[in-house]
Amino acid sequence: MPALFAADSSIAKFLSDHIGETWGYGLTALIHAVLIIHFFAVAPLFYIWLERKVAGRIQDRLGPTRVGGKFGWLQTLADGIKLIQKEDLCPGAADRFLFRLSPYLVFVASFGAFLTLPWSDGWIAQNLDIGVFFMLAVMSLEVIGVVFAGYSSGSKWALFGGMREAAQVVSYEIPMAICALVPVIVAGTLNMVDIGRMQSGWFTNWFVLHDPFCCLAFFVYFTVATASVKRAPFDLAEAESELVAGFHTEYSGIRWSYFFMAEYASMFAVSGIATALFLGGWYTGIAPIDEGLFASIREVGGSPAEGVTTLGSYVVNLIGMTIFLVKGSALVFFQIWIRWTLPRLRIDQVMTTCLKYLLPISCFLLVGVSVWPLLLNSCIGRTTLVPGEAAALGNKVPRVAPTTTGRKTVAISLTNDHGETIPGILFDPVPITATAERE
Amino acid sequence: MSGANFLFWVYALAAGGSAIAVVLTQNVVRMAFWLIVSLGSTAGLFFLLGADFVGAAQLLVYVGGTLVLLIFGVMLTASGPFINMKTNPGELVLAGVVGCALLGVILSTTGAVAWDALPSSQHQQKLGFNPPEDGSTLRPLGMSFIGLRPDKDLDRKGTSGQLSTGYLLPFEIVSVHLLVVLVGAAYLARAKRRQGS
Repeated sequence: MPALFAADSSIAKFLSDHIGETWGYGLTALIHAVLIIHFFAVAPLFYIWLERKVAGRIQDRLGPTRVGGKFGWLQTLADGIKLIQKEDLCPGAADRFLFRLSPYLVFVASFGAFLTLPWSDGWIAQNLDIGVFFMLAVMSLEVIGVVFAGYSSGSKWALFGGMREAAQVVSYEIPMAICALVPVIVAGTLNMVDIGRMQSGWFTNWFVLHDPFCCLAFFVYFTVATASVKRAPFDLAEAESELVAGFHTEYSGIRWSYFFMAEYASMFAVSGIATALFLGGWYTGIAPIDEGLFASIREVGGSPAEGVTTLGSYVVNLIGMTIFLVKGSALVFFQIWIRWTLPRLRIDQVMTTCLKYLLPISCFLLVGVSVWPLLLNSCIGRTTLVPGEAAALGNKVPRVAPTTTGRKTVAISLTNDHGETIPGILFDPVPITATAERE
Repeated sequence: MSGANFLFWVYALAAGGSAIAVVLTQNVVRMAFWLIVSLGSTAGLFFLLGADFVGAAQLLVYVGGTLVLLIFGVMLTASGPFINMKTNPGELVLAGVVGCALLGVILSTTGAVAWDALPSSQHQQKLGFNPPEDGSTLRPLGMSFIGLRPDKDLDRKGTSGQLSTGYLLPFEIVSVHLLVVLVGAAYLARAKRRQGS
């Protein structure tokens, strides 16, 4: 049972001490799920309002201005109430069972991705060792709900939308996963919290500035992620000018709004992955501030620091979460900006962009980032551009590194969480290596 | 009954029940839906047992990849709106025999494993990693894929001598095999030029 819950969770520890393991962990799961589902419901309220305001400003009008006093900030809530009141229609030609079910499939898949999103140092619903992989896997399930919605509607518009979505998402998944792997190779771990911790210190430690390949990978990832959450200019699945409303043509009321809640939540989820992998996660990027905040609650390597009160660590984590949300929301703002600036591509152009350009580029970046440390090592004699050790808070992730032994051979050794080196000789001897020559 | 046991039964019943539903349903797309439930529940069982990587791979490869392609194929090739599949009795018998044979193989394999002799999580704690119970499940797998077996070699004295081999060679062979399959698929699917034009 404890495998289901991260060791980081202080709530799990507290509850299981007091009311027994089964109920404690069950209640912890419930608390985590309820917190995430609240974010899941409230974030779209804000982002839909933001979308309307930004769209309005870009088109030289005001957007919503009246509901809720200034700036129309309650507009989305009013829309939501209207949607709940609408009739829940099901067309006569539809496959009723799948038609009613598919909004929930989209909703669940999008919600599941938030389980391993790191909000702050240690604030994560499930600190899985495979965090990045899990998020990509679960987000790939969203397409199933969309395809089912298109198929079961019994409408040609919806069917075309669903087919386009299937073709598009299945293709864009590949460069998205490869681009996410680029910073993972730099970090040497798939754990979201560990990746975040490795980017502490000055903002030059962020993986987007780590090397040229990571920098390019960020932009490629962002393009591909925009396509994978079917946002313009890649919103072929719901192209209004051609397909009425694409896969959700036949939907109305609350089921229709589930699709949009999932879409806006997914926009934040992919932006959250970009923030955690490339933009330093919950860190401000200014070393003295970060060390003042996070070193006070957590020792190097992740264990809680001495003499930290629960309230103190919660306040610090709340600040970290705010920084994370600001970064993620900035990326969502970029997605909205792009949507209202660029024209929609044709479906063949969408597929060409992915398969002929983005996929080869991402493969090149993956190879490049793997070769980069070796190249640096042979040119300037160290494996990073910036001299010195890795970031102060983030250098204790267990990793495999080439080391030299006394016998002038290169071995692969392993550094564990406590900084001890464990020998694990693999190649003995290695004929041509830069490290061996330098000895 | 502990919480883990309860969750196991939930997922096991969902996996088994929806697998039966796949067989009994006539509509192809609904079959695909029940298959999603079945494979997703199996992934849930993997997560419950601490095999996170296998669970996520199950979701990504089978649910997110294979099934989407399956539905896509049905949507492209269907002549009517909601096609049904009719199986004749001969196919039913054949499938039943194959299914029962597979069940026999799995049951005999399960009985043959010495469950008590499996390694504990002490080796991992010796390495300084969190035990699998705390969510650290990937590192031993990743180590063995690049040819390191610290779980076996940690107690070894000195730096000379033979080390245990990991799974680097099988891993590479499988990768090359997949590459060959991909190249072959691209070759088969290429646009064919008519002769003489």
